[in-house]
Amino acid sequence: MSDIAERIKKIVVEHLDVEADKITENASFIDDLGADSLDTVELVMAFEEEFGIEIPDDAAESIQTFGDAVKFISEKSEA
Amino acid sequence: MRRVVVTGLGLLSPLACGVEETWSRLLEGRSGAGRIRHFDASHLPAQIACEIPLGDGSDGTFNADDWVSAKDRRKIDRFITYALCAAEQAVADAGWRPEDPEAQARTGVLIGSGIGGIELIAETAITLKERGPRRVSPFFIPGALINLCSGQVSIRYGFKGPNHAVVTACSTGAHAVGDAARLIALGDADVMLAGGAESPVCEISVAGFCACKALSTGFNDEPERASRPYDKSRDGFVMGEGAGVLVLEEYEHAMARGAKIYAEVLGYGLSGDAYHITSPSPDGDGGFRSMQAALRNAGLEASALDYVNAHGTSTPLGDEIELSAVTRLLGNQVGKVTMSSTKSATGHLLGAAGAIEAIFSILAIRDQVAPPTLNLDDPSVQTEIDLAPHTKVEREIKVALSNSFGFGGTNASVIFGAV
Repeated sequence: MSDIAERIKKIVVEHLDVEADKITENASFIDDLGADSLDTVELVMAFEEEFGIEIPDDAAESIQTFGDAVKFISEKSEA
Repeated sequence: MRRVVVTGLGLLSPLACGVEETWSRLLEGRSGAGRIRHFDASHLPAQIACEIPLGDGSDGTFNADDWVSAKDRRKIDRFITYALCAAEQAVADAGWRPEDPEAQARTGVLIGSGIGGIELIAETAITLKERGPRRVSPFFIPGALINLCSGQVSIRYGFKGPNHAVVTACSTGAHAVGDAARLIALGDADVMLAGGAESPVCEISVAGFCACKALSTGFNDEPERASRPYDKSRDGFVMGEGAGVLVLEEYEHAMARGAKIYAEVLGYGLSGDAYHITSPSPDGDGGFRSMQAALRNAGLEASALDYVNAHGTSTPLGDEIELSAVTRLLGNQVGKVTMSSTKSATGHLLGAAGAIEAIFSILAIRDQVAPPTLNLDDPSVQTEIDLAPHTKVEREIKVALSNSFGFGGTNASVIFGAV
């Protein structure tokens, strides 16, 4: 797993208080990992903080799963 | 009007986490005061407070992990954690965890706070200024709002009845208990969790109360001597923190399920001073009319009172004004009553004070003992009322009245009686 994915996973574990092995590629933050809508806002803020990037609101809404987050942040970090 | 009784108690106080743990320390004459630990107060005029004893949860200490998960605590100010702790105890004590939707709909929550999430507001203001609006947490507003004590408690237990909150400064707890009892009496609910929670021991709030000259500043090196209601050398109140929650229940409802009944809520009175934002009216008329209204509501004469849990904050003005109001109320029965200020031991828990003092008044009836007024070495005025200096007073207590008065000139009195 990439360094970016590891760092994202660590944030999700901390914020949602879930086991790391539950955080699979297709795991939905809301449906599978117990987040509510406010949790997802806070998660996105934590991603921005960790990677020093800005995630616009429309992009944030498209980040529904762990895989979405890894894909978006990887692309954003390479850009 | 339907009768309302008390069937559960929960308490997190500067003396201990737990009702019996707090009560036994209170009767022993122990003080919850100390140098402020939560933040460095060395630059402030008041450097002492009555803070909750933190620990691993044994021997009356408070371990937050036992009550609210670390994950959930990140989303709420401390006062909500305190409310959840006291509510959990009260619900367990009452044995009231209904699964039936109708029973859930007939159970409400009315827990208030004087100033709510002031520390979280202060921290978030710094975040906003230093790092901009995108760094403001989505949990900031629901973590600081006063009515989120009631909201969080209702969500935890599925209580879907009236969900309400009182905000009347230092009268909050008493108003919450009185208002909740009235909701039951009028038929809006069968069971109510009522009380107050406060976490004011933070820099901005201590600085603010210092600015309005409300806090004791002359006993920073002797914290346990600082809260000294009615004593000549008193110089302000000592801030306290914590929460008290009572389970109030309609009498027949409690009897039908065989609940343990501590006491009955006999009367409730309210009044306003219409005088000054922080000073009580010098003639004590507001407090007098509040107590009078509670007696009228209870259908009792002043001579029925055995114990008064005073507002008695240890401020130079307020203590004597309340004493004169009680003296006026009692008339020629003045020698019959014992009146003490438990703030001498717990400090002043602001919006939680009326709730924890309601609990002390109820336990005074249960155990037939009036808790002491600590540090009352030299009363500033002579009175025939027994102020229970230094040590508890064992005596007959059938009826107890608890007073709470708040900034803005808001007064509440609640009367409890043995069942």
